[in-house]
Amino acid sequence: MKKVIETIQLTKTFFLGDVKVHALRGINLTIYEGEFVAIMGSSGSGKSTLMNLLGCLDQPTSGEYYLNGVITSKMTKNEYANIRNQNIGFVFQGFNLLPRTSALENVELPLLYDRHGRVKNPIQQAKDALKKVGLADRMDHEPNQLSGGQQQRVAIARALVNSPSLILADEPTGNLDSVTSVDVFSLFQELNDNGITIVIVTHEREFAKYARRIVEVKDGLILDDYEVKNRLNAKEDMARLKHDESVVVVEEKS
Amino acid sequence: MKWKNLFKVAFKSLLKARLRSLLTTLGIIIGVSAVIIMVAIGEGAQREIEKQINSLGSNLIVIFPGASRTGGVSRGAGSFNRFTMDDVKKIEEESLLIKAISPIIRSGGQVIGGGTNWNTAIYGVSPSYLEIRDWELEYGEIFTERDERARSKVCVLGSEVAKNLFPNQNPVGEMVRIVNTPFKVIGVLKEKGQTAMGASNDDLILAPASTVLYRLSGGRYIHFIYASAASIERIAEAQEELRQIMREAHRLNPGDDDDFTIRNQTEITEAASESSEVMTMLLGAVAAVSLIVGGIGIMNIMLVSVTERTREIGIRLSIGARGSDILIQFLLEAIVLSLLGGLLGILISIGTIYALNEYSTLAAELNLFVVAIAFVFSGFVGIFFGFYPARKASALNPIDALRYE
Repeated sequence: MKKVIETIQLTKTFFLGDVKVHALRGINLTIYEGEFVAIMGSSGSGKSTLMNLLGCLDQPTSGEYYLNGVITSKMTKNEYANIRNQNIGFVFQGFNLLPRTSALENVELPLLYDRHGRVKNPIQQAKDALKKVGLADRMDHEPNQLSGGQQQRVAIARALVNSPSLILADEPTGNLDSVTSVDVFSLFQELNDNGITIVIVTHEREFAKYARRIVEVKDGLILDDYEVKNRLNAKEDMARLKHDESVVVVEEKS
Repeated sequence: MKWKNLFKVAFKSLLKARLRSLLTTLGIIIGVSAVIIMVAIGEGAQREIEKQINSLGSNLIVIFPGASRTGGVSRGAGSFNRFTMDDVKKIEEESLLIKAISPIIRSGGQVIGGGTNWNTAIYGVSPSYLEIRDWELEYGEIFTERDERARSKVCVLGSEVAKNLFPNQNPVGEMVRIVNTPFKVIGVLKEKGQTAMGASNDDLILAPASTVLYRLSGGRYIHFIYASAASIERIAEAQEELRQIMREAHRLNPGDDDDFTIRNQTEITEAASESSEVMTMLLGAVAAVSLIVGGIGIMNIMLVSVTERTREIGIRLSIGARGSDILIQFLLEAIVLSLLGGLLGILISIGTIYALNEYSTLAAELNLFVVAIAFVFSGFVGIFFGFYPARKASALNPIDALRYE
């Protein structure tokens, strides 16, 4: 199977004044095409730093990072920008949509920075991405007119629009309530079923069970790495939650 | 990123903050319109001065007493530094390139007539003075050579004087007393308006030179000599001829400096417009300072905008924008802002210049060259003052920019 991500002894050290902080102390991680990996860990474990390195938002202090078999550790800033644009879709905890900008324009944004001329019709491509996340009827809405779940769906559409080989999501449900979170995970599961490699950072064990594999990080090292047994299906959970809600509503009425 | 997209992104960002964009450009709008309007007013004034000096008369040559250069040595009193009727007569007899000549004797005083009185200037001139100055008569006629020889007490009133002494009536044939000497009015001049220097060409009385010389001023001396060259092409030759005649008349030895100054109309025009050119430049320079201040305003807002939009920059970087994309976006925003300001400034200044010409006494002349310069300059202001904030924005690290609160 094709390796999408391969890191060898990846480290990252920050300097806070004179104090050295070893956020990552040698991560060896391989992720294959079509996987759905949840990275877990408490805050300060280095999971977000690892995500930023995997997403080419930051450069490692040492070690090697191969993305789709290409070494990225020694790339220039512009090559990094190209990788972010072409190969990776990044979903943030805080959505990070442009304010006062319609959903469609937000999704279109990565296509505007495309340098390879492979985008023929950016608006159509953005519309298709929004349809995939179920927001065909909200294209003209600006972020402040959308609910949190809808905003995260727009962000996912933006991550999808360039058809990247990898989607990275850093606590994508951190700002959402539990029902909406399950809803977002059902979208991720659907995308993964269609063959997209997904890596998610989360610190909630119940959500991690929607993934196929869990990687636990602690103090900048990988503590554990295992397949998920009894994998949950977000779509079924969603149906059950909706049913419970209606039961609650009916009970209130009677 | 394609240029089309870059423009799209820059325009969208500006449109999202319409009020701020407008306020930012206000500095440039005011700067550009100030430059154009100030220069237009300056040039209008200059043109007005030239027009009025040209209306002094055709092919005018003026001879002033006194040397134009004293060379640091006072020539002292007693030298021929004033003119007499003999000078005029000699020129009249010897000159070939002069078609008309008139002495000017300035006097002034109280004029009584028509039951009222008026204080005005009295000029003693020859009958050809009207021809030299290109002046015309409204009523009556000018005095003749005979009046000149006979020192007749006749006069021609300027329109202002006529209006004040004899309102709503033709004063020809009436008597006026000029400083207690009775004069008969034989003509009235047409109205001409102000001179370039602000004096009125209508508030005066013309009388025969000999009459003013002997009956009013009581002296022998003439203040200026006005002459008209036979043709505009030969004005320099005529000037030189006059110089030789005057040197002879004043018995100057070769090597002596002239004790008079000869100026023709072009030289007078040049001297006057030179001073107003300096004024135009000063006005333009002051206005240019405001344009630079406007540019600093743009830099200020762009810097604030970079800080305020740090997250936006982070988002753009995280989805694959290069530093250069961000640089160009912010630079384009600054340039679009300043060019927009320049354009609005040009429109406002054109409107103002039109209004000034239409509804005020100020003459303003639109200089297209200055318009072009101001527009190009406003573009440069955008590049110059937009570059630093744009550089700052493009140098951000995506992670730091995204974390910025």
